[in-house]
Amino acid sequence: MDVKKVDHLAKRIIQVMVGIVAVLLVLIIGYILVTGLPQESIDFLFKPSQAVKAGGGIRDQLWNSIYLLILALLISIPLSLGAGIYLAEYAPDNKLTHFIQTLIEILSSLPSIVVGLFGYLVLVIRFNMGFSILSGALTLTVFNLPLLTSNIENALRSVSDEQREGGLALGLSRWQTIKGILLPRTVPEIITGVVLSSGRIFGEAAALIYTSGQSAPALNYLNWNPLSPESPLNVMRPAETLAVHIWKLNTEGLTIDADIVSAAASAVLILVVLLFNILAHYLGNKLERKLTGGK
Amino acid sequence: MDADIKKRLLSPSKATKQERRGKTVTFITAAFIIVLTFAIIVFIANLGLRTFYKDNVNIWEFLTGTAWNPGEVDSHGHPIAGAAPMIVTSILVTLLSAVIATPFALAIGVYMTEYASKRQRQILRPMIELFTGIPSVVYGFLGLTILVPLMRNTFGGTGFGILPAILVLFFMILPTITSMTVDALKAVPVSFRQAALALGATKWQSIYKIVFRAALPGIFTAIIFGMSRAFGEALAVQMVIGNSILMPENLVSPTSTLTSQLTSQIGNTIMGSVQNDALWSLALILLLMSLFFNVLVRFITKKGKMNGR
Repeated sequence: MDVKKVDHLAKRIIQVMVGIVAVLLVLIIGYILVTGLPQESIDFLFKPSQAVKAGGGIRDQLWNSIYLLILALLISIPLSLGAGIYLAEYAPDNKLTHFIQTLIEILSSLPSIVVGLFGYLVLVIRFNMGFSILSGALTLTVFNLPLLTSNIENALRSVSDEQREGGLALGLSRWQTIKGILLPRTVPEIITGVVLSSGRIFGEAAALIYTSGQSAPALNYLNWNPLSPESPLNVMRPAETLAVHIWKLNTEGLTIDADIVSAAASAVLILVVLLFNILAHYLGNKLERKLTGGK
Repeated sequence: MDADIKKRLLSPSKATKQERRGKTVTFITAAFIIVLTFAIIVFIANLGLRTFYKDNVNIWEFLTGTAWNPGEVDSHGHPIAGAAPMIVTSILVTLLSAVIATPFALAIGVYMTEYASKRQRQILRPMIELFTGIPSVVYGFLGLTILVPLMRNTFGGTGFGILPAILVLFFMILPTITSMTVDALKAVPVSFRQAALALGATKWQSIYKIVFRAALPGIFTAIIFGMSRAFGEALAVQMVIGNSILMPENLVSPTSTLTSQLTSQIGNTIMGSVQNDALWSLALILLLMSLFFNVLVRFITKKGKMNGR
């Protein structure tokens, strides 16, 4: 066949394939939003779930997801900031450093169910924490740590050496250079990374089924005593998250209106992920402009 | 007085102390990653290997046996723990979903880097990012409510099986493979394309013969990452595969993967029992496969670098 014709044909085929995928993706999002959103109401978001009866909401699950996300970030950001700074700024170019980088790759590609089982084994059983928010948050840290660390390491590495030399030439110590010059410079990238990983944490279920558990005891939102089992702030209570709730509704099939609740909950999850994505872009751009003084 | 000055001059400054503290603390956090990775491997291997040294299951029988009932013993007094149905199913869904997803991922990658206008790129990019972020339970839910009934009506039976699992995984690994392919294609210098065009090649010839070849290690890495994700995906697959431990007869017979078996059973067995040990052996296989995918990526990257020179 004529090469020109092949060229033309190849382009057409590629366009068709891209078109198919684009249509499928739009259909997926459309389906979830169309079936889920009409069920959505302020009431749905703020009433407790039902185990068997129809008409349950997702109040506690939504709060559990948010609370777990906050705790997981509070633990994993400082840790990954430290590890990222060490790897990018202090680590000598030797075998140990390469070894740590390899381990980070291994950790980040572990299936989340394996991470969840590790959390179950060590935190829930060995450390006797039971199915609790704390077990869940620590497991999510294992899951989030490698991603955030390489995000921070890459962000720091992308800063030009002149900025480091500038700091050192002014008589600053390396630590002061990192704290005063490099970190502020990389804040936009780090924030983007944190927000994107938040989306992943928010939707994660496999790592949580056996760590934060599959039950959501009714919470009393007026009880602010973190030691009380019905307090939303208690970290030792079992806490089913939104994603785990969807999974459980669909695998146990006890709830009558499982389909409706899962569609609505899926729509919430997708909207949150979308929100995090938009936020990541927006914050990244905005901070970038502010910090670099560009337009 | 002199002693005081001497002390002040010889003792480390505040900045030095900060520096030392900073370096130590950051090193400890990095070292924590080493401890963590080894802890995961040691803890899971410790339980996973018990099946073989404590419960007397033959490794070969474990990998090739097709009957899974670890609570019972066979005529030799060994527990019946044949994980082959799950291993085979896991490998099948991984390979098949990668086979379907790769052409589409390549097409989108080529389209985005070579053909698309700036505007189209601005639409496609965020779309792919959004799809990377959609939680796996949502895909599982969609598979369960749309794909499974569809399969039931088309092929009969329960509708659960490998086919819906492959289709769900297709959507899950497509954005992963696509975005990494885009990066690999983008990394090919523009001068390669220009040189090909200057020699009279058509656009497709320059893509097919030059750009693809140059980006091949990156594309392979992308496919392996996609496969690694498919192999380890638990919930979405568990929701549509049927979860009966049978060798897959066809694409729509209910079966079970390593991950789906772990997800549905680990909570139903008692720590230390043979049934429980056998499940941890499945987790160990998952862990080892994940390490294997990592080694494969390393190997390809190394090879790619050598060929590049």
